[in-house]
Amino acid sequence: MKRSRATGLASRYGAPVAVGVLLLGLWQWAVTAYAVPSYLIPSPTLVARTLVNDWTLLSRSLVFTLEITLAALAAAVILGVAMAFVFVQNRVIEASLFPYAVLLQVTPIVAIAPLIIIWVNDTRIALVICATIVALFPVVSNTTLGLRSIDAGLADLFRLYGASRWQTLVRLRVPSALPYFFAGLRISAGLALIGAVVAEFVAGTGGTVSGLAYQILLSGLQLNVPRLFAALFLIALTGIVLSTLTAWTARLALRHWHESEIKDD
Amino acid sequence: MTVIQIASADKVFDNGVRALEPISLAVREGELATLIGPSGCGKSTLLRLIAGLVSPSSGSVRLWPDAQSNDEKRRRLDFVFQSPTLMAWSDVEKNVRLPLDLAGVGRTEASRRAGRALMLVGLQDFRHAYPRQLSGGMQMRASIARALVTDPSLLLMDEPFGALDEITRARLDDELTALWTKQALTILFVTHSVYEAVFLSTRVLVMSARPGRIFAEVAIGETHPRGAAFRASEAFARHCARLSELLAAASKAPVGAKDAA
Repeated sequence: MKRSRATGLASRYGAPVAVGVLLLGLWQWAVTAYAVPSYLIPSPTLVARTLVNDWTLLSRSLVFTLEITLAALAAAVILGVAMAFVFVQNRVIEASLFPYAVLLQVTPIVAIAPLIIIWVNDTRIALVICATIVALFPVVSNTTLGLRSIDAGLADLFRLYGASRWQTLVRLRVPSALPYFFAGLRISAGLALIGAVVAEFVAGTGGTVSGLAYQILLSGLQLNVPRLFAALFLIALTGIVLSTLTAWTARLALRHWHESEIKDD
Repeated sequence: MTVIQIASADKVFDNGVRALEPISLAVREGELATLIGPSGCGKSTLLRLIAGLVSPSSGSVRLWPDAQSNDEKRRRLDFVFQSPTLMAWSDVEKNVRLPLDLAGVGRTEASRRAGRALMLVGLQDFRHAYPRQLSGGMQMRASIARALVTDPSLLLMDEPFGALDEITRARLDDELTALWTKQALTILFVTHSVYEAVFLSTRVLVMSARPGRIFAEVAIGETHPRGAAFRASEAFARHCARLSELLAAASKAPVGAKDAA
């Protein structure tokens, strides 16, 4: 079935690329045809040129934002998984702590970011804390759900064989939770980036180094809209790369057995 | 020797539903006894009661009641569930090895015994396949291999072949009786198929529903192995007809008509 495989690849990668090219072309044409000034909407080629010209500045900001995002994601995964393990130990613990996890989730980060920035001296650490708070919840709730979603028959079987709590956790609960965890991870990866950007908007400049959000803020003030677009593009690209990477990790871990990652063959 | 001794055990669930009337039942060593009855008659509950997965509301369930402590190693119970109940994330061998791994049996020893169990069910070429790559019948064989790997002396089977097609089911029934004659097993088997019950059993226990109780008992005397000839025989047809009648009566029996049988 070579044909259907080629068709599959084309629709998977070709179609979105075609849409992208079409939209960019339309954008380029509209900006040129209607002579839109570049301080309102810059053309895609101008944005690309700015990206190249300002690369030294933008790449440093990109690295900064990436560092914050990845640190926050790592912290969210470690903390989130640890919390999920505590939650499934017993219902009373979950019932008494889960509302606070929700509280953390529903409180807008912009509302608590100033406090965290006051409390924590190091701006980097403050930003990581903010982004972690934003990214934490999907990992906690999905992993908790996953650790609980064990097949009733397998649970009986483990009981019949006199499995210890630890054996049941390692051999049954953790593997059952993996697909849920990865679904949560994918959401959290996006949220960590959003958290890193939003927190930096609130924090403003972090001294000598600054991230992409600060570049956007500054470019906006200076009406340097091409650079603003370039920074925006880098944020979007980072988001796409993160999402793809987490999807790949999930595929690598689950490809042998889980329906979500099994390709039709 | 008595393997299962149930003395007026009943089960009322927490929500007040009475799943089982007080039941008394003895299964002796080497029997292949079948529980048959309409759905919801408590067959599965009875089996879970025997396995110790649920405890009786009153009465008692005892396994090997008069065994001496020195033949302890011969007393092992295993369970085959309605669905294959395999771990999707582990290959066939790891699934079959599970009871040994949980009991702390060494790696090589566990692997060797898993290989032998897989041989018994004809899955030796699928050690490293994942459950999703197997057909329903093969998944069920893997499940049976997992039960056999502990070398049990009592096997409880809860409608293990209920979800399979007729041809696969007949073949697995043949294989099961062959295993049973070879392995000195006692089997208590739940089914809703009259044909399967007659083909397999030395004794059929007919249950009636809501609340579940044992309604009638039929001995099937033909010698094992029975094979295709038995399936086509007049005796087989006669047993099936008799059992169907009893089953129909059991399904109709009003609550409390205990003495009607």
